[in-house]
Amino acid sequence: MTSSAGIILEASGLSKQFGGFTAVRGLDLTVHRGTVHALIGPNGAGKTTVFNLLTKVLPPTRGRIVFKGRDITGLGPWDVARLGMVRSFQISAVFGRKSARDNVRMALQRPTGVSYRFWMSSAWLDRLNDQAEALLDQVGLSDAADVPAAELPYGRKRALEIATTLALDPELLMLDEPMAGLGQEDIARITELIRTVAKSRTVLMVEHNLSVVETLSDTITVLMHGQQLAAGRYADIANNPAVIDAYMGTGHD
Amino acid sequence: MSGKPSSTPAWLASPRARELAYLVGLAAAGALLPLVVYPTLAMKILYFGLFACAYNLLFGYLGLLAFGHAAFFGLASYVCAHLVTVVGLTPELGILAGTAAAAALGAVIGWLAIKRTGLYFAMITLALAQVVYFYLVQAPWSMGEDGIQTGPRGKLFGVISLADNTSMYVVTLVIFLAGFAIVNRAVNSPFGEVLTAIRDNEPRAVSLGYDTRRFKLLAFTLSAAISGLAGATKAIVLQLANLGDVHFSMSGEVLLAVLIGGIGTALGPIVGAAVLMTMFDALAKTGAWVQAIQGALFVGFVLLLRSGVVGTLSGLFARKTR
Repeated sequence: MTSSAGIILEASGLSKQFGGFTAVRGLDLTVHRGTVHALIGPNGAGKTTVFNLLTKVLPPTRGRIVFKGRDITGLGPWDVARLGMVRSFQISAVFGRKSARDNVRMALQRPTGVSYRFWMSSAWLDRLNDQAEALLDQVGLSDAADVPAAELPYGRKRALEIATTLALDPELLMLDEPMAGLGQEDIARITELIRTVAKSRTVLMVEHNLSVVETLSDTITVLMHGQQLAAGRYADIANNPAVIDAYMGTGHD
Repeated sequence: MSGKPSSTPAWLASPRARELAYLVGLAAAGALLPLVVYPTLAMKILYFGLFACAYNLLFGYLGLLAFGHAAFFGLASYVCAHLVTVVGLTPELGILAGTAAAAALGAVIGWLAIKRTGLYFAMITLALAQVVYFYLVQAPWSMGEDGIQTGPRGKLFGVISLADNTSMYVVTLVIFLAGFAIVNRAVNSPFGEVLTAIRDNEPRAVSLGYDTRRFKLLAFTLSAAISGLAGATKAIVLQLANLGDVHFSMSGEVLLAVLIGGIGTALGPIVGAAVLMTMFDALAKTGAWVQAIQGALFVGFVLLLRSGVVGTLSGLFARKTR
């Protein structure tokens, strides 16, 4: 494997067909270590499909994915999570009947290697509580440790999801529309949170909110009809005529 | 919001204390049960209660609706009866062999079924269980419509005679408590935490790095094994393995017991089993009416008492003490 040290994730010739419909067409994507990389594009551009391909939730029809110099094209979604690529979901994903603390603990539990021990008391897991509470504190949820996740308001569920993801200390954080469904106040809070965690990590995110994209990202890839339309810094992208066309439509002159 | 928003008293807050309290309580209730109902009915409640606990592990905690658990209960019953009668094994070895057979069958059926979820999962488990049923209808060793009559119950470890109902009852109670302890520990273990996480949100569990297929397969096999333990015990208690044990109505009854008692509660399946077995016993003479009442119960609980007897009671209790 001769991948340069600066690249954490590289997809080449990535394609996905659903029956006769091609959602992603020969996409090349390179994510550099330590950057915040945003994937944007109009509705139906294939952003979420790309996301699901990279995290191995969907198998690609063609193409190859290399993560940290290792070919992950044939691995399962749990394998890539173990390698350090952890994703969040568009619709906030929490374990509804578990408390906020236990949600974070589910992430902390995985690397301990005791998860198949059905003969061991879950009291053993109490040793993870301090760590879980520290993570909750980090996202401002220390007062909600005992509250079932389903009862938390939407913005706080998002924060809980981020705390759970951070518990795995991922090298590459994959955020699928982290601002979807959030109000202005929450957007400011989560933006700040992502900025903080991105200091020591690489982030790849799909996001519709362009001001968030402008604030956070170092690199942007614009998708259209499952292909790359443009790539570069925000300022370059914003002035690219093809991108303006894609967002504004071609019907006006 | 401060403190735990639950009804659990402080001394019961730790999982270990709760497990112990359940065991002691069930042992006491089990000791008193024969004073209330006649011994055979008491033993039926115990083995069927254990069967329902095993089913609840899958249905209540993993959220998988299986519809073929009769295969595990029934196969274990047949294997145990056959080995005890033909090979002359002692009862405890027969029960162990039956349990092992159910576990092996569970691993195979589970492996085939867990690739699907929801209705498809239910249909696959039903179809495969029917294969087991028709195999046992046809196979020469299972004695067709007659089933296997084991004759005398034999001696436990070759020493303790199980001929009288008291010793048989004690043995059944011990098996029941052991099986319950295994299921209850599995639920309150790191493994159980993963099962409820999968039930709540499987894609999220995958994204945290859990290979959910393996957890489902282990849970399915465990559930099948304990179902087998219950079925093999049944063969010893009633000295009979018959087609009723593998019939799909048995899969329906165990589902009904869990629904009546309370899905995903520790004691619910046992309460449900007690209600169902007592009802079958009381209405045995009315013939087809049993089925009608069973159907009405099913509809009633699904429509009105979603969380079952135990779930509803603990809900009421929680509201009062909050």
